[in-house]
Amino acid sequence: MEMIFALITLIGALFLFLGALGLVRMPDVYNRMQAGTKATTLGTILFSLGIGLANFGSGWCGKIVIIILFVIATNPVSSNVIARAAHFSGIKLAKLSLKDELKEDDEKTEGGTL
Amino acid sequence: MNKAKSFIIATILLFITWILLSGIATQEVIFGGITALIISLLFLTRLTVLGDIKFGIKPFIFSIGYFFLFSWELLKSNLDVARRVISPKLPINPGIVKVKTKLKSPLGRAFLANSITLTPGTLTVEMRGEYFYIHWIDVTGCDINCATDKIVAKFEKYLEVIFG
Repeated sequence: MEMIFALITLIGALFLFLGALGLVRMPDVYNRMQAGTKATTLGTILFSLGIGLANFGSGWCGKIVIIILFVIATNPVSSNVIARAAHFSGIKLAKLSLKDELKEDDEKTEGGTL
Repeated sequence: MNKAKSFIIATILLFITWILLSGIATQEVIFGGITALIISLLFLTRLTVLGDIKFGIKPFIFSIGYFFLFSWELLKSNLDVARRVISPKLPINPGIVKVKTKLKSPLGRAFLANSITLTPGTLTVEMRGEYFYIHWIDVTGCDINCATDKIVAKFEKYLEVIFG
């Protein structure tokens, strides 16, 4: 049993590593955010879950549940706010991007509404 | 009505959080927690957001369905990102697209935005009225209707029943 829980933790760590690799490889801030948000969310969930299952029945097991729920609730919000701030402060998309409809709409209404 | 509902839901949620955090469920912990919760929540008059949640059998079934859909999408999105990061050619066609949502309640929209961020290749950048602006890692010559179908529709179906 212990092996399985260790494996879950290992897979979580692997996803965290892939998130870090994505930060290095992606071309612009928005794509980096994509890799950073998704991989770290599942990575943290699996990592905590493996530790929680290995210590099932001890008093602090519930705290693992709380950690997982908070990560799910807050991780996307923070990345959304960072991406929004990046776009409004004028950081451009990478050259290979196909379109930017938010910028088009902003130009239509001259600056947009913050 | 909305306020009373908010009060009940907030009490239940915070009580569960309290029990999970304390880790033990003796009499003192339970009754002390309930007393403290009710006293502190009586001063909370502006919280009406949680009142959007609907009670009933159908919303309950749909929230379970939403949970499984969300977990599945989260897993898929991670494998998708992993595939893109590992492959040497870095196959991405990024761009920001506009999608439309029917949801009205603030909580439902927050859930939708969060779900979109955690699904394959999409990241919510801005919410403006009924439009969401979404950074999509694989734009494939889609107009607004097709993007809405691909990104929003599957979650909207569930969230519409749960939050209205």
